[in-house]
Amino acid sequence: MNLEEYKGVYVFAQQVDNEISSIAFELLGKAKDLAKDLNTEVTAMLLGSGIKGLADQLAEYGADKVIVVDDPELKDYRTEPYAHALASIINQYKPEIVLVGATAIGRDLGPRVSARVATGLTADCTVLEIGDFPLQAMPGQEQLHNQLLMTRPAFGGNTIATIACPYNRPQMATVRAGVMQKIDPIKGAKAVVEEFNPGFTPDNKYVEILDIVKSVVDTVDIMDAKILVSGGRGVGSPENFKLLEDLAEVLGGTVSCSRAVVDSGWKPKDLQVGQTGKTVRPNVYFAIGISGAIQHVAGMEESDIIIAINKDADAPIFDVADYGIVGDLNKIVPKLTEALKAEIAASK
Amino acid sequence: MKIVVCVKQVPDTKGGVKFNPDGTLDRGAMLTIMNPDDKAGLEAALRLKDQYGAEVTVVTMGLPKAEEVLREAMAMGADKGVLVTDRVLGGADTWATSTTLAGAIRNLDYDLIITGRQAIDGDTAQVGPQISEHLNIPVISYAQDIKIEGDSVIVERQYEDRYHVVKAKMPCLITALSELNEPRYMTPGGIFDAYKADITVWGRADLKDVDDANLGLKGSPTKIAKASDKVRKGAGEKVTLDPDEAVSYIVDKLKVKHVI
Repeated sequence: MNLEEYKGVYVFAQQVDNEISSIAFELLGKAKDLAKDLNTEVTAMLLGSGIKGLADQLAEYGADKVIVVDDPELKDYRTEPYAHALASIINQYKPEIVLVGATAIGRDLGPRVSARVATGLTADCTVLEIGDFPLQAMPGQEQLHNQLLMTRPAFGGNTIATIACPYNRPQMATVRAGVMQKIDPIKGAKAVVEEFNPGFTPDNKYVEILDIVKSVVDTVDIMDAKILVSGGRGVGSPENFKLLEDLAEVLGGTVSCSRAVVDSGWKPKDLQVGQTGKTVRPNVYFAIGISGAIQHVAGMEESDIIIAINKDADAPIFDVADYGIVGDLNKIVPKLTEALKAEIAASK
Repeated sequence: MKIVVCVKQVPDTKGGVKFNPDGTLDRGAMLTIMNPDDKAGLEAALRLKDQYGAEVTVVTMGLPKAEEVLREAMAMGADKGVLVTDRVLGGADTWATSTTLAGAIRNLDYDLIITGRQAIDGDTAQVGPQISEHLNIPVISYAQDIKIEGDSVIVERQYEDRYHVVKAKMPCLITALSELNEPRYMTPGGIFDAYKADITVWGRADLKDVDDANLGLKGSPTKIAKASDKVRKGAGEKVTLDPDEAVSYIVDKLKVKHVI
């Protein structure tokens, strides 16, 4: 493998129902930083059926080039045709870096493709930067420059590791949603659009989709919320979440929750914050009746302001809270809602 | 029908994580468990066995001590256990791990391979799909329901906002979510039999169609540059106030920060 042949930062531009997923824009934002450090270009790989028209959006978020694979086999996500298309692009174009969202699609596609093109893959990265490997020069080992350094949490958020892929290309990472920053879209930006047809020959690996069942989601995605009012087991009952919903409504926020609440069946999984739920970083995160297990903290500690209310003064949530209030949520939250209502009315 | 289930012995992070004085994980001081998603995968296999009849073989890669999870699996109802252990396999990343497990599974007959979605120590979710690629069979990840229909499996494949009902011809690999089921307990008779049962132990030489260059630490394309405890943002203020004072305190902070 001649590593020098591999150039450019490539992003898998995930789309679902012909709508580009937010993670694709986040990856483009990060790819732009990395490409600048490497003095190279950002390429988006757009796969689907009837999706050519989406290329401009990717340009607005930072893609210099868009490679489009448009084929009916790619209508709904299936591992094999997507893996075939992505691996074919990699073999043809030889990118230096390939970024994929750590979504339910990307965490299936990434490993399959990395195994096919025989390279390493680092999962669920939260920090990506260009640097040296090894980090410090060591006698008897060549220090390589311009390597992708991929940082990720492990052990449920207890440790973090920085990983490199120094001797194989491309360097591949899946990246946690909600962590990287999109750029402000550049209106009217255009990318070079190139169509690519790897040819599709269905075999046993092309599984058959018999049905698609969408869950009815009537709430804002908690990853997009600016204010989250999050409840834990300490809220006491599903009915008592009304207190949190009222507070969220006054602030124009959204309710989320801890794993304990999902496990108890009080709230659906898509509202869960944490290692096995979603990573959020709102402007304000209220942690109400949440003890703050490390797995939960891993999903919310990047929030701008963390306000915790808990009756247990020793709860670990106070170790990450900017403002911690030891007290009874049942008494504080309703009064807080009323006080904020009055404040907001007065300021209008 | 023959089913292979891959399981991993992992530290139990629920009981808290213990560190050595130098900051590395003290694995010896932590209890180990069968990885939860793998246990759900095993339970799914045992339910298929109950329903359709099947031979369930459990495969693990790890230190000799990992034999414990095989015996646990057999006490739950698995028929055979295979431990893949060898010094040269240590330090493997997901590429080298999946290469190793695929090399072991090539020695076995299988219609279905079930792995957990991910292990609670690494959280990568990569080994299952990578095994399927090495074996050139279809993969269905994130299974929340599994049924058999003739020579095919019908699986509910979970996504963030939907699930797909997917049909694949066997042989096929499925990765299981812990939401899939509630794993059964070991039975006293099962425990008794499992502790007498023979475990097959394979080393490097027993792996089929595997290149040394793809095994262990040396064969791992990803290299750890640095590992450390997570540095957390320090604690801010902590106050104990009566409800009215607490409300004024929060409202003040929200004003200062221009939230309201």
